[in-house]
Amino acid sequence: MVTRMSGFLLNRLSQSIVLLVIVSIIGFTVLNLMPGGPLAQFGLDPGMTQKDVERLAAQLGLNRPLWIQYLDWAWRLLQGDWGHSFRDGSSVLAVIGRHLLATLLLMGTSTAFAIALGAWVGIRGATHRYSLFDYCATVGAMVALSVPTFWFGLIGIYIFTLKLGWVPAGNMYTIGDGSVLDYLHHLILPSLVLSLVHVAIWSRYMRTATLDALSQDFVKTARAKGVSERRILLKHVVGNALLPMITLAGMQLPSILTGALVTETVFTWPGMGRLFLDSLGYSDYPVVMGLLIFSAILVVLGNLIADIIIATVDPRIRLG
Amino acid sequence: MTVIAAPATPTRWWHSRAVSRFTRHHLALVGIAMISLLVLACVLGPYTLPYDTLQIDLRARFAPPLSGQHYLGTDPLGRDLAARLLMAGRISLLVGFSAMLLSTLIGTLVGVTAGYRGGWVGVALMRTVDGFLSYPSIFLVLALAATLRPSPVMITVIIAVTSWMETARIVEAEVRSLREREFVQAARMVGLSGKHIMFREILPNAMGPIIVAASLAVARAILLEAYISFLGYGIQPPLPSWGNMLNGAQQYLASAPWLAIIPGAAITIAVTSFNFIGDGLRDALDVRDDHI
Repeated sequence: MVTRMSGFLLNRLSQSIVLLVIVSIIGFTVLNLMPGGPLAQFGLDPGMTQKDVERLAAQLGLNRPLWIQYLDWAWRLLQGDWGHSFRDGSSVLAVIGRHLLATLLLMGTSTAFAIALGAWVGIRGATHRYSLFDYCATVGAMVALSVPTFWFGLIGIYIFTLKLGWVPAGNMYTIGDGSVLDYLHHLILPSLVLSLVHVAIWSRYMRTATLDALSQDFVKTARAKGVSERRILLKHVVGNALLPMITLAGMQLPSILTGALVTETVFTWPGMGRLFLDSLGYSDYPVVMGLLIFSAILVVLGNLIADIIIATVDPRIRLG
Repeated sequence: MTVIAAPATPTRWWHSRAVSRFTRHHLALVGIAMISLLVLACVLGPYTLPYDTLQIDLRARFAPPLSGQHYLGTDPLGRDLAARLLMAGRISLLVGFSAMLLSTLIGTLVGVTAGYRGGWVGVALMRTVDGFLSYPSIFLVLALAATLRPSPVMITVIIAVTSWMETARIVEAEVRSLREREFVQAARMVGLSGKHIMFREILPNAMGPIIVAASLAVARAILLEAYISFLGYGIQPPLPSWGNMLNGAQQYLASAPWLAIIPGAAITIAVTSFNFIGDGLRDALDVRDDHI
C-alpha cells in the first residue's frame, strides 16, 4: 500500500524531474546562442581554420538534428561530464565544487540573519499594528527592496571599512591567518549586505502570517483559558507562522543566488558568483554554462527539499 | 432579438473608487511625485547644464560636489557628474520602461493562453514558466548579455525575456478563475471565437493585476539593468547608465565617494518610487497579495 507521505513524495519528485528537463532545455538553448555554440572552445584557437571547425563539428555530431544533440548533451550532464574549463582544463564540476562552499557559507549566514531579524520585525509589526514601528518597518521594507545590493555593499564598505575601520573590505580571510575568528570577521559585512533584501521580504511575510495566526480560533481558545499573551505568541503564533517560511526560503533561492553573485563581486568573495563573472571575462563558456545549469538545479533541489521538510513537519500539507 | 445592455451610469473615471483609494495612499503619491521630478529632470535637465556627458576637463578631475561650477562634482576624467547622471537617467528609465512593456506583453500573452486554453497547452506553458523561474535571473541575463553583444535595445530584450514569468503566473491564475464566470460562458454560448473571448471579454477584467505587476516590473527592470551594467555587461560606455557609472566607482571609494553614492541614490529613488506606486495600485485596484 502506498502511504500518503510516499504518494506525496513520488508526486513531488516527478514534478521536479519534469522541471529539470525543462530547465535543461532552456540551458541547451542558451548554449546554442553562445558564439560558436558548443564549439566556442576551438573557435578561439588561432591554429584552426573554418574547415577544421566544420570537420570537428561533424565528428562531434553537431550536424545531427538538434533534439539528438540535446539528448546527447543531457546524457553527458547526467553522467557528470560537464566539460572542461578553458582556463586550466580541470573539469567543470570540480571547478564549481571548489567555489561552492564559500557561496553556501555566505548564503547560509545571511539567510540565518535575515530570518532572525525579519521574524522579529514582522512579529513586532503584527503585535503593534499601525504603530510608528510598524509604519517605519513597512516603508523601510519597501525601500530595502529597492536598494541595489552592490550599492548597499559599497556604502557598507565606505562606512564600516573606510570610515570606522571595523571590518575588512573584502576577501574571505587574511593571508597567513587561518583562524575561525578571522573568517567570521570577513563574513560579517557581506552577509549583512546580502541579507538586506531578504530581511524586507521575511518581515513582510512574517507580519501577515502572524496576523493570520492571531485571528485563529486556537488563539482565542488559549486566551479564554487564560494563557499569557507572551506564551500564546511564542507557543501558538510563532510556530504556526514560521512553518510556511520553509517554503518561502526555498522560493527565495534564486534571488539569494542573484544577490550572492553581486555581493561576491563587491567583496571579492571567492564563491560561485565571482567564478561566474571571472569565467565570463575569460569567455570560459563551459564553466559559465555549468554554473548556469548548476544554479538552476540547486534551486529545483532546494525547493524540493523545502517541500519535503514542510510535509514532514506539517501533516496538513501531505494529507492535502 | 438583440439584447441592449443597460447604459452604464456616467461616472467619470477620476471619481472612481480606485482613484480615490489611490490618492489616499500617501506613499504612492510620494512615488508619483518623485518619479515625475526624476523624469522631468532627466528630460529637461541636460539642456540647462553648460556641460555635456563627454566633455573632458583634465584640470577638474575628481572635483567634489558643490565645488565650483560642477553641482555634483566630476568623475576621474573630469566629466560633469550632473550631466552624466541625467543622461544616464534617460537610458536607465527608458530601458526599464521598455523592458516592462515587452515583458508585460509576453507575460500577458502566455498567461491568457495558458489560463484560457488549460489542458496540456496550459500545463506546458506554466511548466516553462517554472523552468525559467528556476534560473537566478542575473545568471541568465549575464550569460545572454555577454553572448549577444549588448546594445540598449538588446539589453531591453534580454531583461524582458528573463522577467515575463511573474506576470504570466499572475495572469494565468486570474484568467483561470475568470474562465468559469457567467459572462464568459455566455460569450461562449453566443458563439464568439476563443480569441475574442480571451482578449475582449476576459483580459479587460484581468487588467488590475496586470497593471500592478507592470509597475513592479519597471522597478525590477531598472534594478536588473543597474546590476548588469555595474558588472560591465549592460549598457556600454561612453553611453552612460546609472549602473555603468558605478562600474568604476569602487576603486575610488576612499578618495571620491560621491562617484558611488550619487548614481546609486538615483537608482534607489527611481526603484523605490515604482515600488511605492505599485503598492498604491495594489490597494487601489484591490488586487490580492498572494501572487505578487
